Amino acid sequence: MYKILNKQNPAPDVKEFMISCPEIARKAQPGQFVVVRIDERGERIPLTIADYDRDKGTITIVVQEAGQTTYRLGRLNSGDTLTDVIGPLGIPTHMESMGTVVCAGGGVGIAPVYPVARGFRQIGNRVISIIGARTKELVIWEKKIKSVSDELYVTTDDGSYGQKGFVSDELQRIVKGGREIGLVFAVGPTLMMRAVCEVTKPYKLRTMVSLNPIMVDATGMCGACRVSVGGKTRFVCVDGPDFDGHQVDFDQLLSRQRIYLEEEKKASKSYDSVSEHGKVK
Amino acid sequence: MKIIPKKVEMPRQAPEERVTNFDEVALGYSEEQAQQEAGRCLQCKKAPCISACPVEIDIPGFIARIIDRDYQGAIRKIKEKNLLPAMCGRVCPQEGLCEKACTLGKKYEPVAIGRLERFAADWELQKGNPEKPRLPPSTGKCVAVIGSGPAGLSCAGDLARLGHKVTIFEALHTPGGVLVYGIPEFRLPKAIVRWEIEYIRSLGVEVKTGYVIGKIYTLDELFCQGYDGIFIGIGAGLPKFMDIPGENLNGVYSANEFLTRTNLMKAYLFPEYDTPIKIGRRVAVIGGGNVAMDASRTALRLGAERVSNIYRRSRKEMPARVEEVENARDEGVEFNFLTNPVQILGNSEGWVMGIESIRMELGEPDESGRQRPVPIRGSEFTIEVDVVVMAIGAGANPLLPSATPDLKLNRWSYIIADETTGKTSKEAVWAGGDIVSGAATVISAMASGRRSARAIHQYLMEGSKSGS
Repeated sequence: MYKILNKQNPAPDVKEFMISCPEIARKAQPGQFVVVRIDERGERIPLTIADYDRDKGTITIVVQEAGQTTYRLGRLNSGDTLTDVIGPLGIPTHMESMGTVVCAGGGVGIAPVYPVARGFRQIGNRVISIIGARTKELVIWEKKIKSVSDELYVTTDDGSYGQKGFVSDELQRIVKGGREIGLVFAVGPTLMMRAVCEVTKPYKLRTMVSLNPIMVDATGMCGACRVSVGGKTRFVCVDGPDFDGHQVDFDQLLSRQRIYLEEEKKASKSYDSVSEHGKVK
Repeated sequence: MKIIPKKVEMPRQAPEERVTNFDEVALGYSEEQAQQEAGRCLQCKKAPCISACPVEIDIPGFIARIIDRDYQGAIRKIKEKNLLPAMCGRVCPQEGLCEKACTLGKKYEPVAIGRLERFAADWELQKGNPEKPRLPPSTGKCVAVIGSGPAGLSCAGDLARLGHKVTIFEALHTPGGVLVYGIPEFRLPKAIVRWEIEYIRSLGVEVKTGYVIGKIYTLDELFCQGYDGIFIGIGAGLPKFMDIPGENLNGVYSANEFLTRTNLMKAYLFPEYDTPIKIGRRVAVIGGGNVAMDASRTALRLGAERVSNIYRRSRKEMPARVEEVENARDEGVEFNFLTNPVQILGNSEGWVMGIESIRMELGEPDESGRQRPVPIRGSEFTIEVDVVVMAIGAGANPLLPSATPDLKLNRWSYIIADETTGKTSKEAVWAGGDIVSGAATVISAMASGRRSARAIHQYLMEGSKSGS
């Protein structure tokens, strides 16, 4: 059992949990994720570690309420417990001194940019962060990202805050400006990561993306998370989650992320008729 | 005494009924049926069944106690060698082991040893409160066991009975390994698995779930925490695909995923349970082993209208147990022997629409001694399906070995371990089960766990020299 020590609501339908799991906190590295299972009936869902505190023994995850499991997770409060938090999983983000690194985060994907930007900066890189969301109130963790970046750019799709446009538009502007950039790291919705890669590809600008496919065991056993990278099938859970974005088959990834949309609808319907204790009324 | 030539039949759920539920198919002997079957045992002085059993259960010994209606004595006898009898009585391939060696079997059907083992184990389960062996005083030694499948459980149980403190680290959230994620409820009820793991726990074994060793701790970090020895029993958990076009289409599953969603995550109870699964209208299952049979029968129970099994050799070469193939056939699984998939066809949205296969004929024997299947040119044909399950075997999962560079692997990435002791190239580390042998059976994994337990015990009691 893993206790929720703190819950925040950084944006509508977005919940942030600080969870007590000292053993995972001690081992966590930027770019890694955990698998969470709420209770005995729960699904196993992968969530990127957005922050960790080795001394306090906590990790932080940020969740967008999008389906049955994330809705149920969103209802939990500080003091509640999660049946399983398993990790840290995946290969940590590869970090080296590359001069200037652009860290791009979209939507709830802004949060996991934080440890990555911090890591790149700690080893001497100049970090340019670009964070974006649909609208002003969905821009999260701005202060935190700012604290680990040398430059910060904010975009909103509707122009209600920061620059109007997408993260990829801002990136386009920076790249066109002729700045020397060693690496672009992107995490967020698949469409956003694809757009980032489309910007950087003509410049042959090395771009790593943190993929978020459907997973079950997340230890390489089931293959649910497989995706084509450079024409080869890779398992995101053990071979990733970071891959060379110019090699990723984003269309396949998008398609595979939609496998259970029909079932999700069915589940949300039945969820409305399910009481707090999970019993059907 | 007149010998009854045939085994006493075990009652089973009727095929038309059982395909509508996930309840156990085989219902077990009644006391009278067990008595009748036990009476067929010749009680051979030099019993060939014992040496044919990978864990060398005193088979005539436990059957004699059943005859005497001393069921406690029977289960005690079995547990001297096998701590997981309710599981083994159900999933052990007895027809190729003890029952194959049975003297009676030379002229008649062999004694139904597996069914009798199950009867004794179920008797204790129904009675509750299992008898515990007297444990020796603690040796003060600690052993970490990685993986809670059959190899890990038997190794842990044996070490605990020798007085060592054992902690099992399981990566998934429920202990049991393949017994819970792989083998379906209708063949091995999860309540049985829980019961036998509870027994292992009652011997003092601690089970930590949700610990992915190689990630949260390396083996060296476990040694730093004070473990004196480590046994690796992590199974062959890497799904194989055929490397044909269309395998990443939506609706294509590895058998591991298909079965894990259903068994471990209880997708058959969706949406009461949160994990979904695609219930195909028409399902193709590729492969001829027990896992393929499990996947085929699971697809039917989930509600598929039609399940086609596709296997590249003929029925004779199928590695699945005869009993499982018959069960699948009786339940309505269609078999396409001498057939090999060429590609999986999809629509523009990335969903499976069909599977194209080619007919095969048997040619010259290959290195396995079986006739090699050869494609018949121009015989391609397509079956319309919306779900495909690849059940063509499993390989070595690289997660733990890649975090342990000083662990030597063979060219198929399995851990190299001594055949009799399971000792690996790394100091104070042993390994057994499928991660050493490649995908095999529950009982052979258990046997290797036992052998390693003996070697680990010797190492711990004699000091570190003999273990390196």
